[in-house]
Amino acid sequence: MTKQSPANIATIPDEGIDKGGQRLTTDQITRVISRHLEEEGGARLKIYMETCVHCGLCSDACHFYLSNDHDPKFSPAGKVKQALAPIIRKKGRVSVDFIKKASEIAFTECNLCRRCVMYCPFGINIAYLMLFIRRICHKLGVVPQYIQDTAHSHSATMNQMWVKEDEWIDTLHWQEDEARDEIENLRIPLEKEGADIFYSVIGPEPKFRAQLIYQAAVIMNAAGMDWTMPATSGWDNSDMCMYTGDEEMVARLKKVHFEAAMRLKTKRIVMGECGHAFRSVHDVGNRYLGWKMSPLSVIHAIEFYYELFRDRKLRVRQKYSIPVTLHDPCNVVRGGGLHELARYVIHETCSRFVEMHPNREHNYCCGAGGGVINCGPPYTKKRESSSKVKADQLADAMARGAKVIIAPCHNCHSGLEDTVKHYGLDMEIKFLGDIIYECIYK
Amino acid sequence: MYHSYWDWNVGKKIIADLSQWRKTFEWVEEPYVSPDGETIAAIVKPEDLKFSVCANGELWENYFDKIWYLRFKPNNSLVALVSKDSRWTVAVAGQTWENGYDFVWDTRFSKDGKRITVAAVNENKYFAVTDGSPWEQTYPSLSNLTVSDDGRNAAAVVQSILFNSGEIFKFQQGCYTAAVNGKAWGTNFLNIWDMSFSPDGQHLAAEVRKTLYDYTIVVDGQPWDKNFLSVWKPKFNPKDGSVTAPVKVRGGWALARNGEIFWDERFLQLWHHQYSADGKNIAAIVAPRFGQWTIAVNGRPWPVTFNNLVTDLVVSPDGRRIACAAKSDGQWYIAADGQCWDNGFDMVWAPVFSPDSRHIAVKVEKDGRFFVVIDGNPLKMDFTAAWDPIFSPDSEKIMIKGIGCDGNESQYCRHILNLYD
Ligand code: SF4
Ligand code: SF4
Repeated sequence: MTKQSPANIATIPDEGIDKGGQRLTTDQITRVISRHLEEEGGARLKIYMETCVHCGLCSDACHFYLSNDHDPKFSPAGKVKQALAPIIRKKGRVSVDFIKKASEIAFTECNLCRRCVMYCPFGINIAYLMLFIRRICHKLGVVPQYIQDTAHSHSATMNQMWVKEDEWIDTLHWQEDEARDEIENLRIPLEKEGADIFYSVIGPEPKFRAQLIYQAAVIMNAAGMDWTMPATSGWDNSDMCMYTGDEEMVARLKKVHFEAAMRLKTKRIVMGECGHAFRSVHDVGNRYLGWKMSPLSVIHAIEFYYELFRDRKLRVRQKYSIPVTLHDPCNVVRGGGLHELARYVIHETCSRFVEMHPNREHNYCCGAGGGVINCGPPYTKKRESSSKVKADQLADAMARGAKVIIAPCHNCHSGLEDTVKHYGLDMEIKFLGDIIYECIYK
Repeated sequence: MYHSYWDWNVGKKIIADLSQWRKTFEWVEEPYVSPDGETIAAIVKPEDLKFSVCANGELWENYFDKIWYLRFKPNNSLVALVSKDSRWTVAVAGQTWENGYDFVWDTRFSKDGKRITVAAVNENKYFAVTDGSPWEQTYPSLSNLTVSDDGRNAAAVVQSILFNSGEIFKFQQGCYTAAVNGKAWGTNFLNIWDMSFSPDGQHLAAEVRKTLYDYTIVVDGQPWDKNFLSVWKPKFNPKDGSVTAPVKVRGGWALARNGEIFWDERFLQLWHHQYSADGKNIAAIVAPRFGQWTIAVNGRPWPVTFNNLVTDLVVSPDGRRIACAAKSDGQWYIAADGQCWDNGFDMVWAPVFSPDSRHIAVKVEKDGRFFVVIDGNPLKMDFTAAWDPIFSPDSEKIMIKGIGCDGNESQYCRHILNLYD
């Protein structure tokens, strides 16, 4: 396998960071950061920063550290030491170059996967600290270009992919027409008030993976579900603003999403197979808005599929026979505890399952999460080489027979696709929905 | 409005039996009922690959390749978005507007139902169309279509400056504005979101973001002097024309008027404020504390709170009473005048006031059946499907519209009940 440390990789210039930095002065940085520390640097930040004893127990938890020859620069505590500690020590009086470097570390060298949290004896949440830096970078306007563009799309269109209102509806009509060639009278019910289920997806589905909407419609139809999708904004449950530190936009996006479901008088929100969107809807955005939990019940596709099989709403025609392994997405497993439900669905639908190791809440991140893949081409090489430990883990599952990786998360999909390609692994990546669609009675 | 012309004679009228429709057509979508309860309609498929609308058993004479968003106007006529040979338009009672477009969506009615506006696109050029007349100006994108109460004015958020994806600094200079009846404001913003017309339709207020961090309210293109951490949808005072909006300041959410803080109270959340008709009272959905939701009237929160949500705030016609739907511990409730009604439900719709403001009726759902609750008491009628109740103009009677009453699960009936029997 190729071995390349990010230290050796020449980074392609990033306009968001470079040009963003050019607009700053040290005084401005100090002013913005001191205010930020005063307003948002509360007890949590203080406790984490003061409790860390630099024991390094978190290091072996982090795939960046493991994949980069145990370079301490990539250890969780090392990243905090480089990108956050000086900010606090100098009360924000740091240079433009420092901010540019801190932005690169916080945005592209941590997936906010929270694996390290489980190994820290004090439970220090490094992801929180990295997000704290990202929010500072947002306030300073030094955010990687690609993910900032995505945040702009969210703000202008309420979706991640600049999808216009008509394009969304047209895509649903188109998928409905396509699906009717296979299943006569299949419907994607738009704006059906009072339906039980509000089904929401992430922006890339109508843009690049419209067949997933088709498949979801087939599954809903086969299970006899009463469901709907909105013809207004609020259909996109994703949220890159959560990763750029634009919390005000996170709140706005989640308001639009929940209010679309409330306007349609639906009883619960079923989300497609996306991890970060789940984190945003059921953990982060709801709370920014003042909801302790979600105002309507929210379930991730994994749990929804589990219910459909448990309640015998779906029947398997023929189990999927190619050996599969499961990549446990951080946001729905460490963050949502859905690992056993995912395995239940796999056992219902697949005849051969190979566990990858480590697994469940100890699984390694795909390397794409936390908005890292959304920072785009300037960091692809770094991301790929930082996924070496992931590639080893996949190679091991492959050696034990797995040919297909099931990844019930969009980001994981894209990240794993890059890893599989980069490390020359002969494995295919699928969603749970792909498998279910293939093997059920329709 | 029209209510006085409707049939308010007490009794039950059988309008249609949907089992017949299901026998006739292999495809029957969910039905819609006219405000006066006299018509029930659904999108159906009379022929292979051809769709039409069945209203009280009668088919529209025109068939279409696709139909969506079938809705009744407030004046009881039936409207849908239809396409033939890949051209989309609006059909009213089966008759289409003269012109077709690449796509139409977001149907908006005037309050009296006389005017219809939709968003439309032709060859990637976006505009709005009112009663078949398109805007003269077109834009590279359009969203958030808004119409005035009388339907004579339409506004939308439009893109005023082109940028390529990835041009983040150009975007941050502001590439969006609002267009009113086709004409752009002339001032650009990073973002514009929800907008409101003044009651006379002459002014437009909008939520905007001026920089990545500065939010404010813009009225007719002119921003308020002050910026805020965030803002929600502005509203015009129906009497004096002032504009109020929820704004986020350090310490929480407050209500601001014409740029100045208006309510002293701070909330963890504050949105969907509404005026009484005389402009004297303002009610809003608020969270006084994290995870606790209620209504605040003129800044003072109700004592009762709900731990899931509050929605569908409705102000009575006389402006003295407020009702809403709310949810606590997974159960839906109705709350009015600061108190929560007894029964919990699986779903609660927006409360409906009688014209004299004395009564409140609400459609609710429990265990898959639909009921109407009047002043806290559920009526002893249950349905497989029901529509919002309506009171008679003299507030003496109520109309209940539902399918599946009296044991016939596919019969749609309209019931007029005397409130004082
Ligand atoms: S959150 Fe994940 S990527 Fe970030 S430092 Fe911890 S283990 Fe590494
Ligand atoms: S394990 Fe915890 S205490 Fe030890 S270095 Fe990591 S963050 Fe600090």
